[in-house]
Amino acid sequence: MSAIVFKLNGELTQKPKELNLNELANELNLFRKKFAIEMNGEIIPKSSHSATLIKDGDVIEIVHAVGGG
Amino acid sequence: MTSPLRIGSRSFESRLLVGTGKYKNLEETRDAIIASGAEIVTVALRRTNIGQNSDEPNLLDFISPDKWTILPNTAGCFSAEDAVRTCMLARELLDGHNLVKLEVLGEKKTLYPNMTQTISAAKTLIEDGFEVMVYCSDDPIFCKELDDMGCVSVMPLASPIGSGLGIVNPHSISIILENSTKPIIVDAGVGTASDASIAMELGCDGVLMNTAIAKAAKPILMAEAMKDAVISGRKAFLAGRMQKTLFGNASSPIQGLIE
Repeated sequence: MSAIVFKLNGELTQKPKELNLNELANELNLFRKKFAIEMNGEIIPKSSHSATLIKDGDVIEIVHAVGGG
Repeated sequence: MTSPLRIGSRSFESRLLVGTGKYKNLEETRDAIIASGAEIVTVALRRTNIGQNSDEPNLLDFISPDKWTILPNTAGCFSAEDAVRTCMLARELLDGHNLVKLEVLGEKKTLYPNMTQTISAAKTLIEDGFEVMVYCSDDPIFCKELDDMGCVSVMPLASPIGSGLGIVNPHSISIILENSTKPIIVDAGVGTASDASIAMELGCDGVLMNTAIAKAAKPILMAEAMKDAVISGRKAFLAGRMQKTLFGNASSPIQGLIE
């Protein structure tokens, strides 16, 4: 497997090999936190994170709740 | 004494709704919300920090969705498309929770809503099964339209977001109340306790505020004041105020004066 480059929250991100959304979330310390993932404009439900492989060129947004009115 | 506030499929005792922005830290946010007695708490959605502070505490660790009804907003959205996208993400984030606060802004200076985009987004969201509480201008025609299309609560502004100017057009709010079939919640512009009381005395079903509490010198004390103000304003509305007269009317008997 070769390295992949994708966009994560607007920043180009490189990983040495392909990984799925669940693995990415764990790398980001999101384990047990509330977050939502959108990939290439589509929401990926939590139940599909493990089965969704990140590919070269994907655009991923991970959001969480912050203070707001 | 007071009936519960019914919003869509949900029911609440408190008629004060509060935001979670602009506090010093998450502890103060939580303490102010507890002091306010609010049951509905707004949050915003933003990109998760993927940099050095990725292990910083999360708002929802302090404001648990098990204890409060979380109301995700679409603050910062300037188009219907962005607002709908934010609501979809919020629903995923909160495990299918379908109650949202829709706001589509028109421009950055006044933060007045773009009503064309707001109505367009509301339509899409309602069709997709969301329960939409909608921030809007204090225009009775727009408010009626949002009511008719099935928004679960219509939330006209008192004055611009974060301005603290209070209710600048109480007459417009009265007309909106006259036309409404859904809860009318004044959202944005409340500055101090009397503003909240006035909204409730007019007959509004609730008040939503953030900055008035968060930017008070003592936010926890102001949260308590707002709780009391909403309760007393509601009681005054239910009690029915006396008529105003131009001239004085003595409270003590005018007969039997000592001469």
